[in-house]
Amino acid sequence: MGFLDINNVTKSYGSVEVLHQVDISVEEGEFLVLVGPSGCGKSTLLNMIAGLEGISSGEIAIKDQVMNGVHPSKRNIAMVFQSYALYPNMTVGQNITFGLEMHGVPKPERQKAMNDVAKLLQIEPLLARKPGQLSGGQRQRVAMGRALVRNPDVFLFDEPLSNLDAKLRVDMRTEIKKLHQKLGTTIVYVTHDQIEAMTLSTRIAVMNGGYVQQLGTPKEIYDTPANLFVASFMGSPSMNLISVGVKAEGDTIYAETDNSEGETIRLAFAQPSAALKAHDGRQITLGIRPEAITDPEGADRNSRHIETIRNMVEVTEPAGSDTFVASTLGGKECIARMRADADVGPNRIADFAINMEKAVPFDPATEARIV
Amino acid sequence: MAVASAENAVRTGRFTRTFIYLFLLLFALFYLMPLLVMILNSLKPLAEIRGGNMLALPKQWTIEPWLSAWSTAQVGVEPTGLKPFFWNSIKMVVPAVVLSTVMGALNGYVLTKWRFRGDTILFGLMLFACFIPFQIVLIPMARVLGLLGLAGSTPGLVLVHLVYGVGFTTLYFRNYYAAFPTELVRAAQIDGAGFFRIFWRILLPSSGPIVVVSVIWQFTNIWNDFLFGASFADLDSMPMTVALNNLVSSSTGVKEYNVHFAGAILAALPTLLVYIVAGRYFVRGLMAGSVKG
Amino acid sequence: MALPSARADFKTRLQNLIPKLVLSPSLAMVLVFVYGFIIFTVYLSFTDSRILPSFGWVGFENYDKLFRLRHWDIAVANLAVFASLYIIISTVIGLSLAIFLDQKIRGEGFLRPIYLYPMALSFIVTGTAWKWLLDPGIGLEHTMHLWGWASFKFDWIKNRDYAIYTVVLAAVWQSSGFVMAMFLAGLRGIDNEILKAAQMDGASNWNLYRRIIIPQLRPAFLSAFVILSHLAIKSYDLVIALTGGGPGRATELPATFMYSYTFTRNQMGIGASSAVMMLMTIAAIMVPYLYAELKEKS
Repeated sequence: MGFLDINNVTKSYGSVEVLHQVDISVEEGEFLVLVGPSGCGKSTLLNMIAGLEGISSGEIAIKDQVMNGVHPSKRNIAMVFQSYALYPNMTVGQNITFGLEMHGVPKPERQKAMNDVAKLLQIEPLLARKPGQLSGGQRQRVAMGRALVRNPDVFLFDEPLSNLDAKLRVDMRTEIKKLHQKLGTTIVYVTHDQIEAMTLSTRIAVMNGGYVQQLGTPKEIYDTPANLFVASFMGSPSMNLISVGVKAEGDTIYAETDNSEGETIRLAFAQPSAALKAHDGRQITLGIRPEAITDPEGADRNSRHIETIRNMVEVTEPAGSDTFVASTLGGKECIARMRADADVGPNRIADFAINMEKAVPFDPATEARIV
Repeated sequence: MAVASAENAVRTGRFTRTFIYLFLLLFALFYLMPLLVMILNSLKPLAEIRGGNMLALPKQWTIEPWLSAWSTAQVGVEPTGLKPFFWNSIKMVVPAVVLSTVMGALNGYVLTKWRFRGDTILFGLMLFACFIPFQIVLIPMARVLGLLGLAGSTPGLVLVHLVYGVGFTTLYFRNYYAAFPTELVRAAQIDGAGFFRIFWRILLPSSGPIVVVSVIWQFTNIWNDFLFGASFADLDSMPMTVALNNLVSSSTGVKEYNVHFAGAILAALPTLLVYIVAGRYFVRGLMAGSVKG
Repeated sequence: MALPSARADFKTRLQNLIPKLVLSPSLAMVLVFVYGFIIFTVYLSFTDSRILPSFGWVGFENYDKLFRLRHWDIAVANLAVFASLYIIISTVIGLSLAIFLDQKIRGEGFLRPIYLYPMALSFIVTGTAWKWLLDPGIGLEHTMHLWGWASFKFDWIKNRDYAIYTVVLAAVWQSSGFVMAMFLAGLRGIDNEILKAAQMDGASNWNLYRRIIIPQLRPAFLSAFVILSHLAIKSYDLVIALTGGGPGRATELPATFMYSYTFTRNQMGIGASSAVMMLMTIAAIMVPYLYAELKEKS
C-alpha cells in the first residue's frame, strides 16, 4: 500500500468509458507527473483524486483511507489550477487563508500560517494586493501559497505553468522542483509538456486514450519506452522510427534498411534478446533517439557498439549548441544530432555514427517494445 | 454602449460625410420630436394647444397640467390624479424586481456551476417561457389568482411578474456566470466552502454589472407592463400604465391634452431616469439577452 | 460537476442536493404557470366556454368558428402587414443608423442615447404621444396648415385603409434604435484586420459593406428578426393606446382580438383558440432559434 493508491479506477460518462482501469501507487514524497496529449484523461484522473469528479469504478485511497465519495474539502488535498483560480475580489492574503477560514481555523493561526507561506514564497509585499494587480508569475506563487498553507497530504497541480511565457515557465519549473526537494511533499502533477514531465518527476505516467501507456522513472520512460506512442511522445525532437528487416546470422542479429542512395545498410544489434531473434525475417520498427545518431567524432565514447553508415544530408538546422541533420533512412526522415562544428552540409554525403546500445526495437503490429 | 469604440478602417469622402451627418441628425429629430412636443405642450394652457402650433413655445408657461395630472385629474371615477397609481406601480415593481433578480442569480449559478444531467433542457423550458404570447396564460391566470385569493391585488401582480420575469433574469445570470471561471468554484470547494458560501463569497462580489442589467431590465419591463395590469388589477392595485390609459382615453368631458402629456411624462419618468443613470448597462443587457441568446 | 451520489459522505450528498432544491421553485413556477396554463388554455379552446371556463367538449368547433370570423381574418391580415413592415423598416433604419454611426462620428455618445431612449418607454406613453401627433385636427397636419402649407394632408390615423401604417410608424419609432444598438455591437465586433485586408484588395466602401461586413452581421440579423417578430405578435398595448383597434376594425390584431373575445364578448372558447394560434406562430419562430442557440452552447 502506498501513500496515494489508485486501484483499478475507471471513469465513464454514460456508456462512454474515458478512463480505463488505471492502477497507480504513489509513495510518500513522490513527484508523480501525469503526461499525455489533450483528451488523454490525465485531468479527469486528477479531478477524481481531488474529488471534483466521481469515480465510476475502482478506488482511490489516501493514507489507506478510501476517498470515494468523500467531499473535496475533507480529503486533505490542495490543488493548483491552470488559471490559478485566485478569487478576484479577495486580497492575496485573503486568498491564501480562505481555506483555513472555511475549516474554522482561528484568526491568529491563519495569520501565522499565511506569514510563513508568504515568507517561503517571497510574496510578503503582495499580501494586500488583489489578484488583478499581479503578474503571471506572482499569481502562480500565490496559487502555490494557497495550496501550501493548508499543509495537505497530497498536492495536485493541473498544468500550472501553461499560462506563463517561455522564460518564466523554466524559472517556475526550477522553483517547484526546489520546493519539492525542500518540503518533501507528495505531488501529483498534470502536464502536456514532456520536458516538464522529465525534469520535475520522480515517476511519470504517460497517458493516451484513457490508458496509462507506461509508468516509470523518467530514465525508464526515455530510454526504454514501452510502445511506439511513448517513444514518439517523449523527447524532442522525437525518436526516429525506422522500418527495418531483421536478419539473424549466427549469434549476430542485423537490422537491414536502405539509405538515400538505395544501398542496403546493416546495423548489428548490441544485445539481441530471444524475442528479437524470433522476428528473424520480419519487418520491425527500430527507434533511435536523435542524440544516438551523431557525427563519428561526436559519438558516445562509453558506448561499446557504434555502427557507422554513409548517407546523403538533406537539411541542416544549426541550433547553437548542436546541429540537427535531416536525412532519409529506410524511406523515412531521420534526424541526427551532431556537434555544432560537425563538417556537414546539404546535398553532401556524410558519415553517421549510430549508437546501437540506445536503439529500441518495436513490433509494428502490437506497437509494443520487443523485449 | 459598452462596446469600445474600435479603430475604424473605413474611409469616407467629404460629400458622403455630409450626407451621413444629415441622415443621423434627421433621425435624432425624429426620435426626439414626440418627447419635445409632449414637454412643450404639457406646459401650455389648454386653449393655447387647441388654437396654436404644437411646435411653438408656450406663450403662457404653466405647471398647472402637471399638478392636475399628479393629484386631481379624473382617472376612472374619482378625481385622484395619477399619484396613487404611481405608488401602486412602485409597490408592485420593487418586490417583483428584487425577487426575480435573486432567483435568477441563483438559477444562473446552478445552471452553470452545478450542472447535472438534463439541466440544458430545464433551461430551455425556462427560456421559452420568456417568449410566449401572454394571451395564452391570461384565462387560467385569472382563475388561479382568484383561487389563491390574490385577484386584483398588488401581491398577485408581483407573483405574475415574478413568474414571467424569472426566465429573463435566469438567462442573464446564466450567460454571465458561464464566462465566470469554473476553476474558482472548484478551488473554493477544495477550500471547504459550500454551495451558498461559494455564491456569496466568490460569485456575488463579481456580479455587479449583471445585477445592474437584471434590475434595469426587470424594472423597465414591469413598470411598462400594460396587459397584466389591465387584466388582473383592480382600482386599488392599478399600475401607472393602466391609469394613464384610462386618463387619456376617458371619453367623458373635454380632452385635456396638456394634462395627458404631463401624465405620460410622469409615467415615463422612472424608466427614463433609470435609463439616463445606467443606460450603458441597459444596452449591454439587451445585447446579452438577445445577441448571445 | 457531478459528484458521486452512491456511497458519498453527507457533505457531498448535501452539496449535490442543494442546487436542485434551489432551482426547483422557479422550475415549479414555470411548469405550472407556463406549461400548465398552456395546456389549460389549449383544453379550453376545445370546450364550450363562454363567460367562464366550462368543460363541455366541442372538438374543433371553436377553431372552425374562428377561421370563419371576418374579424379574425382582418386581425391576421393586419398582423401580416404590420409585422412585415415593422420588421423590415426597423431593420433597415437600425442597420443604416448603425453603419453611419460607425464612421467615427463626432457626437456619437450624444446621438446614441437619443436613438435608444424610446425603448425605455411604455407603449402606452408612445401611443399617447403619437395619437396626438397624428391627429389631423391638432397634430402635424394642423401645424403644417398654420405654417401656410394648406394642402398638407396627413390623416392616416382616421383612415381605415391607412390606420395600420400609423401603428407601424409608432412601433418603428420605439424599436429601431434598439435594432441599431444590436447592429452597432455586431459592427464593433468585426475584426479590423479583415477590413484592412479587404481595402488592400481594393474593395470600395460599397463592396466592403455589401460583401464583407454585412454578411458577417448574420447573427445580429437573426436576433433582430426573432426579437422583432416576437414583439410584433405580442403587441397589444400600442394598438390599445394609439387607435384602440379602430377606426372600425382597421387596426385590430390577434392580441386585441383575443382580449376582446375572451373578456368583453364572453366567447372564451374562441378567445382561447385564438391564443393557441398565436402561441403556435411564436413557437414556430422561437423553438428552432432557441434549439440552435442551446445546442451550440452545450
